[in-house]
Amino acid sequence: MAGGTFEKYKSDGSLAGNVLEWFDARFPATSMWKGHLSEYYAPKNFNFWYFFGSLALLVLVIQIVTGIFLVMHYKPDAALNANGVPVAFASVEYIMRDVPGGWIIRYMHSTGASAFFIVVYLHMFRGLIYGSYRKPRELTWLFGVGIFLVLMGEAFFGYLLPWGQMSYWGAQVIVNLFSAIPVVGADLSLIIRGDFVVGDATLNRFFSFHVIAFPLVLLGLVAAHILALHETGSNNPDGIDIKEKKDERGLPLDGIPFHPYYSVKDIVGVVVFLMAFSAVMFFAPEGGGYFLETPNFYPADPLKTPPHIAPVWYFTPFYSILRAMVWNFFGLDAKFWGVVAMGASVVIFAFLPWLDRSPVRSIRYRGPITKVMVTIFVICFFILGYLGTLSPSPMGEIVSQVCTVFYFGFFLGMPWWSRMDKFKPVPERVTMK
Amino acid sequence: MSNQGKVDCGRRRLVVATAAVGGAGAVGALVPFVSSLLPSERAKAAGAPVEVDISKLEVGQMVTVEWRGKPVWIINRTKEMLETLPKLADAVADPKSEKNQQPAYAQNETRSIKPEVLVVVGICTHLGCSPSNKFKKGADEGMGSDWLGGFLCPCHGSTFDFAGRVFKAKPAPTNLEVPPHVYLSDTRILIGEDKKGA
Repeated sequence: MAGGTFEKYKSDGSLAGNVLEWFDARFPATSMWKGHLSEYYAPKNFNFWYFFGSLALLVLVIQIVTGIFLVMHYKPDAALNANGVPVAFASVEYIMRDVPGGWIIRYMHSTGASAFFIVVYLHMFRGLIYGSYRKPRELTWLFGVGIFLVLMGEAFFGYLLPWGQMSYWGAQVIVNLFSAIPVVGADLSLIIRGDFVVGDATLNRFFSFHVIAFPLVLLGLVAAHILALHETGSNNPDGIDIKEKKDERGLPLDGIPFHPYYSVKDIVGVVVFLMAFSAVMFFAPEGGGYFLETPNFYPADPLKTPPHIAPVWYFTPFYSILRAMVWNFFGLDAKFWGVVAMGASVVIFAFLPWLDRSPVRSIRYRGPITKVMVTIFVICFFILGYLGTLSPSPMGEIVSQVCTVFYFGFFLGMPWWSRMDKFKPVPERVTMK
Repeated sequence: MSNQGKVDCGRRRLVVATAAVGGAGAVGALVPFVSSLLPSERAKAAGAPVEVDISKLEVGQMVTVEWRGKPVWIINRTKEMLETLPKLADAVADPKSEKNQQPAYAQNETRSIKPEVLVVVGICTHLGCSPSNKFKKGADEGMGSDWLGGFLCPCHGSTFDFAGRVFKAKPAPTNLEVPPHVYLSDTRILIGEDKKGA
């Protein structure tokens, strides 16, 4: 585990050895390398689900590198150019058509946004089924929820930048959500927009948030997420603690050094992932209208809303929950409760470590109630996600209300159903199934 | 016990005072940053009134003009359109326009100065999308068969009648906003101001 003490590097007398010794005496180089990689002991029974953490890191790197190059050509300017097209929209077209390699860099970035959410959702699901958020890993989970929130903000700000119809009206709707908050709402949405309507001021501040503020916070949270993980050690599909069974040197019997074992294993995941990623990027960069929405190929028109507007797929489950709230309570508009429900549906993940009261972590040793509840939750998440892409309809409204009830029931009922279940005895040592 | 563990109260007070002064300074430093997020002087000045000539607006037609970055609709309503309004008094949420969404001179059944000419901000009062025209009666434009004509917001399904009044049990909380406007002559409207030459 990290946090152990490692001896400073001693030179073998060679020039390279002397340089490293000089360096290591002044910087924790070898202790960081050992603590986080070559002597970080991870459980040996990681399975398929354990690819997605390192893949999320890979996508983060893709987004940062492609983002740096896109900023060299993109212009956050809502003014109309000589052809009557907004400068921002035209600069994206310019990247796609005239900048050498620009199209592939932009498609990497736009596909990367969706890939980020796919990978993160799978990573969160892994934590959910194996109880990775349970004590002592609560902080790792909380930093992860923070990463998810920042990622949503990052995606939202980024989506305005092409200044297409969906960019504009999507931002209009989401910023107006804040105006539903009593008392401070109107001023809050004014501060977010920087103008009385979504306009040039909004575009410029979203650009600033997207390329500077949020990425900085994101990197800090990712570092904290990994440091907290390495402090406690990784969970595993059996949900048992490998630190309890150690050999005579004090190393976990069921642990293997992250590097080279998992670093090499992760290469396989990276290769398979990049095959899928490239397939989308080259053959279906619009992802069937889900990754890049058709109305966004038209420049923003503040006077005309497209006939069907929907958020990008990764927001639609939460958007459905927003739309499901149609009742006024306590003298406050349904609009406000929709915002509250949507916010709660995201933030509620942070409470998982304290909602789950089962005596075991992993779903492998939990009974039918857990399996049924998780299945219902996942099905509802998909249904909500699908309905969020559609126009509102009376049938969809009822279905989304039912799914919203199940969604919150999963979390709020957890202190009870997680205890009621039947449990199997957990093994002493990890299993390799 | 030796006095090693004792707190030097004088020094402790200094530490607290220093931290408090430093904290106050940090909060003060937030002021320019937060205020820079507010609309700039230029943005505030951009709300100039817009003058529109409606002499060429045929009966039953609608024109959209931009005022403060928002669409403002001017509709020359037909007699049939106006006749739908009293019929819908029970179906709309605020039939008498009691909520403050219009100047006093437009707080009437047609929500307008001249009965036939409606001037409204074409922004749904729910989350700010611009509703689409569904002027045809019945199910021709994808509405229900009892539809009398009006507007449908594509985002969350709010519907409005020919006076911009919202139907009951829809997400939009209020009627569409009627902007301040004034007739400079019979066919020229100034949107954004109430009084001639003001």
